[in-house]
Amino acid sequence: MARNSLGRELPASFQGRPVVPYRDPWSVRPEGLRATRALKRVDPGQPKLVQNLQEAIERCGLRDGMTIATHHHLRNGDALLNHVVRMIDHMGLKDVKIASSSVHPVHAELVPLIREGVVTGLECGVNGLIGELCSKGELRCPITVRSHGGRARAVSSGQVPIDVAFLAAPACDEYGNLNGAHGPSAFGSMGYAFTDALHARHVIAVTDHLVPYPAAPASISQADVDWVVRMERLGDPGKIVSTTTRVTTDPVGLQIARYATQVIEASGYLKDGFSFQTGSGGTSLAVAENVRNLMRAQRIKGSFGCGGITGYFVDMLEEGLFQALFDVQCFDLKAVESIRRNRNHLEMSADTYANPFNAGAVVNRLDVVILGATEVDVDFNVNANTESNGLLLHNTGGHADTAAGAKLAIIVAPSMRGRLPIVRDAVTTVTTPGATVGAVVTERGIAVNDRHPELKAELLRRRAPVKDIRQLQREIEAVTGAPRPLEFGDEVVALIEYRDGTIIDAVRRVKG
Amino acid sequence: MGHLHRGEEPDGVAPPPPAASALRRSLLYVPGNMPSMLQNIPIFAADAVIIDLEDAVPLGEKDAARRLVRRFLETYRERRQEVLVRINALDTPWGRDDLAAVLPALPDGIRLPKADTPEIVERLDTLLTEHEEALGVEIGRFRILPSIESALGVINCIDVAATSARILGLAFGAEDYTASMEIERTKTGEELFNARSRVVWAAKAAGVQAIDSIFSDVKDMEAFRREVELVKGLGYTGKSLVNPRQIEVCHDVFAPKAAEIEYALQVVDAIRRAREMGTGVISLGGKMVDAPVVKRALRVLRTAHAHGLVAAAPDEAVLHG
Repeated sequence: MARNSLGRELPASFQGRPVVPYRDPWSVRPEGLRATRALKRVDPGQPKLVQNLQEAIERCGLRDGMTIATHHHLRNGDALLNHVVRMIDHMGLKDVKIASSSVHPVHAELVPLIREGVVTGLECGVNGLIGELCSKGELRCPITVRSHGGRARAVSSGQVPIDVAFLAAPACDEYGNLNGAHGPSAFGSMGYAFTDALHARHVIAVTDHLVPYPAAPASISQADVDWVVRMERLGDPGKIVSTTTRVTTDPVGLQIARYATQVIEASGYLKDGFSFQTGSGGTSLAVAENVRNLMRAQRIKGSFGCGGITGYFVDMLEEGLFQALFDVQCFDLKAVESIRRNRNHLEMSADTYANPFNAGAVVNRLDVVILGATEVDVDFNVNANTESNGLLLHNTGGHADTAAGAKLAIIVAPSMRGRLPIVRDAVTTVTTPGATVGAVVTERGIAVNDRHPELKAELLRRRAPVKDIRQLQREIEAVTGAPRPLEFGDEVVALIEYRDGTIIDAVRRVKG
Repeated sequence: MGHLHRGEEPDGVAPPPPAASALRRSLLYVPGNMPSMLQNIPIFAADAVIIDLEDAVPLGEKDAARRLVRRFLETYRERRQEVLVRINALDTPWGRDDLAAVLPALPDGIRLPKADTPEIVERLDTLLTEHEEALGVEIGRFRILPSIESALGVINCIDVAATSARILGLAFGAEDYTASMEIERTKTGEELFNARSRVVWAAKAAGVQAIDSIFSDVKDMEAFRREVELVKGLGYTGKSLVNPRQIEVCHDVFAPKAAEIEYALQVVDAIRRAREMGTGVISLGGKMVDAPVVKRALRVLRTAHAHGLVAAAPDEAVLHG
């Protein structure tokens, strides 16, 4: 048992790898080379389109104990991962690891296959039931949670070798050129899939929309794709992207957004060249709306919007408020439609977005990012993985990456959820270290990290409701009371890997 | 029935209520039967909140709401908002019990529904005095905001405004008013024009504030903004609100414009100089600056201060030298 610099107890090893405790966001220096794979040769006339998934898997030589991956742009509408694992089971393979970019509630279908030992490990974070069952000790399947940048690093460095990558391809030709912008399952940016295409030992493109050669644009090139397979439906289009994403109408959410906007204004970053990222939640979009109005009013010409892209950011691009958008994942139909036709709406790989060990990720160029939280603590550490009941229910996404990269990371969260206070003495699980967090904004006030004294002074000068984070905690607990601590067993069900590959926390089984 | 017990102690000490002349641009209604909304009262920037025990609370929940509101008021002592409670009318089975339940928790005042006649307000005034004596708090502490919300109320509002020293303003209630008139309420409000005008005359004549009705379509912010602009133009000093989302627009409309603030600052500066020179009257840009002009300038600056537009509101002493 080891302890990291945040005092979190960690096991000595996990999933057969030694655990390196987290120290701080900047101390790890990468060593070694990028991972590589075997040279290949495909001769003229040799087909790549095969009859079915089983044939493609056989040609890749997938065996017991190997690692597969999919990407999560189909989100909760994804049919591919379930289909692949069912096929693997059908072929009698066992002990397979999944290193997808994320797993969603729709993949609860895998639970029986995990119980039967077809899948024996998850090299990625999970959303939904699988994490919940593991947290309760009802399912055994070690999980290593990674941020988007951390996954790109782990795969490109060879820490997590992918034997076969299955790329959901909304539009694809018979030789493997593919894109995400066209076809009935179009989801827009291929963001997370690029790392897999470049580094997996074998790459299978799976499509429900085979187009005549050559597919254009070729976001992912034929040179990286070994086999092409047709599938009737990649997923449920209604669940892949939202038809629209909307600003919240909840007065509490709007109040949080108002305060968060005050923080952005006071930061001094809102000027020509401004770069910005928010999520697609209603409160985040309300902040985006406020920022847009300010940029319009003050005639500010920003540099770029980044991350998962919504129609709001598309509007800002089209209004000339940003020069470009860096898009790793489209959140709604408007974003999909925009990436199809707007040359300044750039498709961005997860590696370019957030890998800490390349020659410079886009997050490094961010001024301000707005992020959510299930909990924060008095040291500004943020939990985005587990809920206050200790259950592992959320993947990290770009949380830790953007917080580390941006000049200012603003956490927005309601001060209480379901009678539980959001500000805690110590978060249940650390996703993002307080060292990379600038301010915590709730509807009851703004807490500024001491690492940003100028911001705090400016907010006070503007008569914003700035409070010490412990004062904020006391005010919230005056309403909710102090919650009873959770009880955990010794068994580690998941590790939270920081973006640099060190371990920032361990998730243990919840007792009772 | 609400029984009075001599010597009943108020629940702890509350800060003195805001002055009768305090800024009341926004008076936010909050249902008295919803804990999740009551707990959020402190976070919103409304100048005043009106916790509702009347229309928002179904008959079966009157008792529970009363207890809840009292409990909430006990925990919300250090407040930066005025807190009024809208009780049920005194001729209902609940009105007196409402008073008995909430007054020991020291709200700042009572919003009285259906204040159709001076007698109705007088009755509340008497009850409040009895409660104040029983609680041992200053007589006159609890203020009254009568709702003028029927044809009869509009006719009598001039007398109502002068009934009691507790009255801090008249609140026009357009929903009940249009119902009593058997007419539709429109978003442009032509049908309210006469009533609104009479209520604001009555308020101004009595030297109290005039608070306009709620605007219930929370989604239509443009129509809401037009209505606030309209009533500000008529002389209303504030507006009742049904949703916190309306606060920002309401304050925005009531905020003094930059030119108004600039002129007010010049007026105060001019009058200060006049005092220094030992004269009571001075001209500014060719116009005479007299007491009403200074008074208006002070009101502008006080509002501007609340909006964070000027560093500090000037002292009333400027007026008197």
